Amino acid sequence: MPLLEIQGLSKAFGGLRAINGLDIHVDEGEIVSVIGPNGAGKTTFFNLITGMDGPDEGSIVFDGQNIVGLRPNQILQLGMARTFQNVRLFPAMTVLENVMVGQHSRTKAGLFGAIFKTPSQRREEAAIEEKAKEVLSFFGTRLAGYRHDQLSMMLSYANRRRLEIARAMATDPRLLLLDEPTAGMNPRETIELTELIGRLRTEKGYTIVIIEHDMQVVRNVSDRVVVLDHGVKLIEGTYDEVSTNEKVIEAYLGRPAELGA
Amino acid sequence: MARVVDPPTAVEAGLRPTPPIGMRRAVRLGLSGGAAAVLVAATGIVSTFQPRMVIDPIVPLGVLFLYLVVFAFGWIAAQPPPTLEGFAPPVIGLRNVMAGALAGLLTGLCVGLLLVLMNVFNLRGVFIELSPELSKILSFGFAVGVGVALIALVSTVVGALGGGVHLLPRRLRRSLMPALVWVIVFSLLTDLFGQLFTGLSLDFMVDLFYTSRGGALTIVGALVVFVVFFTLYWFLGGRERGLRETVEAMPRERRMRLQIGLIAVVLVVLYFIPRLMGPFVSQILVDAGIYLLMALGLNIVVGYAGLLDLGYVAFFAVGAYAGAILTSPQSPAFAPEMTLVAALPFVMIAAAIAGIVVATPVIRMRGDYLAIVTLGFGEIARILLNSEWLSPYFGGAQGITNIPDLRIGPLTFSTPQDYFYPVFLFVLLAAYITLAVQKSRWGRAWMAMREDESVAEAMGVNIVTAKLSAFVVGAVLASFGGALFGSQIGSVFPHSFDIVVSITILVIIIVGGMGSVPGVTVGALVLILLPNLLREFSEFRFLFYGVLLIVMMLKRPEGFIPSKRRAQELHSEELAQDAWLEIYGEKGSTEPVPEGKA
Repeated sequence: MPLLEIQGLSKAFGGLRAINGLDIHVDEGEIVSVIGPNGAGKTTFFNLITGMDGPDEGSIVFDGQNIVGLRPNQILQLGMARTFQNVRLFPAMTVLENVMVGQHSRTKAGLFGAIFKTPSQRREEAAIEEKAKEVLSFFGTRLAGYRHDQLSMMLSYANRRRLEIARAMATDPRLLLLDEPTAGMNPRETIELTELIGRLRTEKGYTIVIIEHDMQVVRNVSDRVVVLDHGVKLIEGTYDEVSTNEKVIEAYLGRPAELGA
Repeated sequence: MARVVDPPTAVEAGLRPTPPIGMRRAVRLGLSGGAAAVLVAATGIVSTFQPRMVIDPIVPLGVLFLYLVVFAFGWIAAQPPPTLEGFAPPVIGLRNVMAGALAGLLTGLCVGLLLVLMNVFNLRGVFIELSPELSKILSFGFAVGVGVALIALVSTVVGALGGGVHLLPRRLRRSLMPALVWVIVFSLLTDLFGQLFTGLSLDFMVDLFYTSRGGALTIVGALVVFVVFFTLYWFLGGRERGLRETVEAMPRERRMRLQIGLIAVVLVVLYFIPRLMGPFVSQILVDAGIYLLMALGLNIVVGYAGLLDLGYVAFFAVGAYAGAILTSPQSPAFAPEMTLVAALPFVMIAAAIAGIVVATPVIRMRGDYLAIVTLGFGEIARILLNSEWLSPYFGGAQGITNIPDLRIGPLTFSTPQDYFYPVFLFVLLAAYITLAVQKSRWGRAWMAMREDESVAEAMGVNIVTAKLSAFVVGAVLASFGGALFGSQIGSVFPHSFDIVVSITILVIIIVGGMGSVPGVTVGALVLILLPNLLREFSEFRFLFYGVLLIVMMLKRPEGFIPSKRRAQELHSEELAQDAWLEIYGEKGSTEPVPEGKA
């Protein structure tokens, strides 16, 4: 049974059909890339499955449960975490705090615990911190100790993207949704991140859906590629199948006739 | 291709010179200073305060005020520009003095122009304060022509002095200026210090320092204050590191011990304050304490959770009325006549319910919309309490009177000195809660919500619970303030719960430093305590308020003592450091990594 199964998903913004009757499934342990030209509905797709936006039609079944209509925090609790295309950290919080927020849904201390410093609250607080540090250590020296107390706004662009992944990891997800994780990175950083995505599956056991424009990354990480255009699934298959497909080339480059043939 | 860049330590070479102090800027500032000085004269500050001596009999406040403006603008005009990366430190020299003098001269000429105009034309029809006395003060008692020349001369000198301050060695400057400020503070807060000396049974000090009780500082007094504070700052200035760094560099255990010691000292001082200060100052302290308590509560709502609540006074009113109804034998419909201590849990419950009532409709609202809805709630609360319809319960415009004094066991609290203790107990409680919650699961959830509500929700924060809890905590703290307020005054009336209270509390937080307990404390002291201690200037209170707010928002938008993170927001060096690391690859490696290759 697939971990995520989407059927007949549709969403319109006014007259624009951003997503139109989409069927996608993701199996446990897979890395699926979603590609497509700008405006194809990729980010809308992420917003719909994480509950940040409600679909007009269709069903989204995650781990056997229909999640349409749930709040984003409830969906996260079920084990689905995402990053954002236009990095959205908590800028005036420290690197460590950003990651610690990720543990919110997995912990339960209340305000009374915080005010009276109960033993269980202190234990939990220590566990949250340890977990956050462990997650950050996954990124090697990039987000190493001395950065933990820096505000996240101080980080370089690439580090912000890494921190967003760390924050998502701290929520203990089963399915990780990465929205253009290499956008704005230089070639060296892109290669580093490509390796990291592989490690996320092998070491952490996440199932991953990734939106990406960089075809090198797509080729290197994906088991399966789904191509979207105008909210419709154009084709899906392995990278090689997809990259040679006529319709995909047309969607990206325009019709051959327009090229002057 | 490897790009060769010097590491940050070896940038020394190739520094560009910092541009010199701009004379154009000095002209601009001189004219601004002129406008400020004319305003000070035309609003009547100079003539009103001329009889009030700062140092008897040589320095009258009126003229001092005017030339302080000149001094300040001379000082600003001569301020060296900040040292930017890649630039050499600015050269400080005669040019600073010149800039200060130029600004001073222009300011003086503006005042001179005012003097001429008010003598040639009759401007009193519009500007009632432009009196013959003012003319006499401005011209130092001479004819107009001589007066203008004198003003120009004195202003130039004062401006040059202001500019010349930058020439002084850092340590001297940092001792001299605060010492002079303290002389003025001692003179203006004559009531406070007079009371303090009396309280300490040092009556002879009052005679030595002041011409009379509540009067001006004597020359001897001024000299003593100056010398004492100069020496103090001189020795403090000798330290290599600032206080904050010294404390932060300490090992954890020593820092803990220091903190405990500090808290103990503060508690002892707090214990003795009302005994030393007498009823008048104690009452002012109690008022400031109640505002501080509420500001700490609102700080959680606005500073932590980012929910701009403009109707915070509603919770203050709920606390005051809940306390009044439960304790006063004269509350109209319902008079269980409990003691305040027994009523406190019910006051908290009432406040929590009020918090939920306000929070529920704004759960899906953000920013401006939320602010406007809460503003509405604040007004609704006041109007309901004032209404004829609910007067059987709340007493309408007559309010509820005869609220008994606070009693805890055998102790009765009746005087302002007595009330000081419970008020500050609650302030300490609020401060503790603020600090304890900051590093906790919900504290982080609130901050995440403040930073980006949608992302916080997508990261697992339940926004409904987060908003409700922030409002409830804020409401409960404000209700404590309300209950104490009602009990101390002995009565509650709807008109005490005006929108101005909400605004004042918000301003305390903003001016003090959002999200920071010391900042909020300083904010309450500056905006509530100080104006009440400076009653003789109450005529100009809102003028000073306005000036303070404008200057703060322009020059120090993060507040007096910002929380560390807000202060850090203004630092950009770390960003530069990051850029270096990007070029050099991992931290620690010294080989520059070729661009575009791994």
